[in-house]
Amino acid sequence: MATQEMEQLVRREYKEGFITDIESDTVPPGLDESTIAFISHKKGEPEWMLEWRLKAYHQWLKMTPPSWAHLDYPPIDYQSISYYSAPKRPEDMPQSLDEVDPKLLETYEKLGIPLHERAALAGVAVDAVFDSVSVTTTFKEKLHEAGVIFCSMSDAIRDYPELVKQYLGTVVPQGDNYFAALNSAVFTDGSFVFIPEGVTCPMELSTYFRINEANTGQFERTLIICEKQAQVSYLEGCTAPMRDENQLHAAVVELVALEDASIKYSTVQNWYPGDENGKGGIYNFVTKRGDCRGDRSHISWTQVETGSAITWKYPSCLLRGKDSIGEFYSVAVTNGRQQADTGTKMIHIGEGTRSTIVAKGISAGRSNQSYRGLVKIGPRAKNARNFTQCDSLLIGDTCGAHTFPYQEIGNSTATIEHEATTSKIGEDQLFYCQSRGISEEDAVNMIVNGFCKDVFQELPMEFAVEAEALLNVTLEGAVG
Amino acid sequence: MLEVKDLHVTVEGSEILKGLSLTIKAGEVHALMGPNGAGKSTLSAVIAGKDGYEVTQGSITFEGQDVLEMEIEERARAGLLLGFQYPVEIPGVKNIYLLKAALNAQREARGEAEIAAPEFMKLIKDQLAFMRMDGSFLQRAVNQGFSGGEKKRNEILQMLVLQPKLAMLDEIDSGLDIDAMRIVAEGINSLRAEDRGILLVTHYQRLLDFVVPDKVHVLVDGRIVKSGDAQLAHELEARGYDWLLEESAA
Repeated sequence: MATQEMEQLVRREYKEGFITDIESDTVPPGLDESTIAFISHKKGEPEWMLEWRLKAYHQWLKMTPPSWAHLDYPPIDYQSISYYSAPKRPEDMPQSLDEVDPKLLETYEKLGIPLHERAALAGVAVDAVFDSVSVTTTFKEKLHEAGVIFCSMSDAIRDYPELVKQYLGTVVPQGDNYFAALNSAVFTDGSFVFIPEGVTCPMELSTYFRINEANTGQFERTLIICEKQAQVSYLEGCTAPMRDENQLHAAVVELVALEDASIKYSTVQNWYPGDENGKGGIYNFVTKRGDCRGDRSHISWTQVETGSAITWKYPSCLLRGKDSIGEFYSVAVTNGRQQADTGTKMIHIGEGTRSTIVAKGISAGRSNQSYRGLVKIGPRAKNARNFTQCDSLLIGDTCGAHTFPYQEIGNSTATIEHEATTSKIGEDQLFYCQSRGISEEDAVNMIVNGFCKDVFQELPMEFAVEAEALLNVTLEGAVG
Repeated sequence: MLEVKDLHVTVEGSEILKGLSLTIKAGEVHALMGPNGAGKSTLSAVIAGKDGYEVTQGSITFEGQDVLEMEIEERARAGLLLGFQYPVEIPGVKNIYLLKAALNAQREARGEAEIAAPEFMKLIKDQLAFMRMDGSFLQRAVNQGFSGGEKKRNEILQMLVLQPKLAMLDEIDSGLDIDAMRIVAEGINSLRAEDRGILLVTHYQRLLDFVVPDKVHVLVDGRIVKSGDAQLAHELEARGYDWLLEESAA
């Protein structure tokens, strides 16, 4: 198949829109101590939280943005960004779906997003229509009975200050890296989850339930704590394309698992990737880290990354507890002019710790993608084991895939396995499927989904089906 | 049903087929034989629509339709099906999934509804048993980790499920031991029908002991230089291709 046809096939349409010029309750662009004090005050935070933010800010001032990633973007002017804008008033939002970009609605339809949720995703004023209030209430009651806390970070700082103080920043310290420091200084909201000892969370927790609590996207801060023998599965994001007028996103997620606890964190990231020239897409700089603090604890990251103009993201595990387990399953898809530098870090500290990494990268169009993974085995991590598999699939011949594996082995009892492949989506494979009567587009979907299967099967069932549909829509050609 | 007329095909600038003509009627089994490099596989690849082959002259029609104007999948849906010499591996895609997708694509093209799961399972179980394949084949990724014989049996299985009007089998006998050869041949024989044509592309006469063709053609240097009945295959087995090479050069 000619390259040009291939490009046709993988080119997706994603209409830019929704730039509102309505003056909201926004601080002027720029960042200094007064901005941070303003944010903290607006959110009614206690004094200790403000100090915590300021400490982060002072560390950030001394830091420089990382330059080692295989990414190319102009320097970001942090003084040109506005760091706080109050939730929009309903009258400033689109009043109905009729005012929303039909292309976006078409995508929602293809993804099978329920009608009432489409409105919320598209940013329509939904108070009158949205029926999730009752849903939310029902599930909050159920969680309350089990003793589970699931609320916004702002609420947690107000209602559970001791827990927040005890755990916030203990996995990703304020000065961990440039973007984490920035997030620590200016984060606006996020999720807080606490599962008490011995409790298995009775349902999968999802940010999806919180989509009506808007405006948490830009500097999100999430903290999940599982006490001894507790278990939770958390779903972040949703398959529907999310729009946001804030270009810079720098989220921090911290997970803490105590003895015998288990946390499964699944993400589907589908931020606006920009137009064909990469204009207007989201820059996504994320720090995600799980701390297997207790013996036999288990943290599993599963991610499907399809959006953003730039992705910089390495969900990691600190395997401190004896026999603790870390896992990372990832599918990253880049198309158009998207760039992604993503991977994981598995830091083996405790004895008998085990980790598994399965990373699948799919590059199409003129995109560029890198896998960057560190496996570090400390001197005390006797009999630690790691298995890494990273595979890249190229669609067309104008895209790029790179692999940067790092291994630091500090003792001789460790077992490390690494497998890596790079393949081009075979014209032979396509021909084989087509010569059985299957259309080219269906054939590409079939091959790509087959490639991602090892990761998709780690996703919660419902999410896996959505992820497959998302991949198909993402790689869809010029309609038809 | 298939009519190839004065077909000239070039690959990367060099002419492989130099005026090939061939007519296959419903109910007939044709064997296309010839030495390596004669262009045997090129013919079936061009009919199926593989990229990289340029038709510079001539025509291919199938049931009155201009095949060269059709997309690859349209040809398959019209009933032209190619069994591969080297079936392709598709990691992560279950065999059963490919089969079902292919069958449903063809049914859709015929305006039929998708096949119901129980009906499909019944259909496939019978055919699997016939090809001496167990149920685990369906759950394995397409051709991945299959032995040479398993791959070829899988190609025939697809034919049995998809029931093409014209089955083209490209060197289906290569790399088969005698037991696998028997099973594959039984599969091909069960495909023989009054309303179906079969084109066997093969280098050796061996397969033709099990599947007796109605017509045998010898392809040398891009042209069919001799046609005959099954007896011709035996003659080739005994005498090799050299005498034909000399004849065609003369």
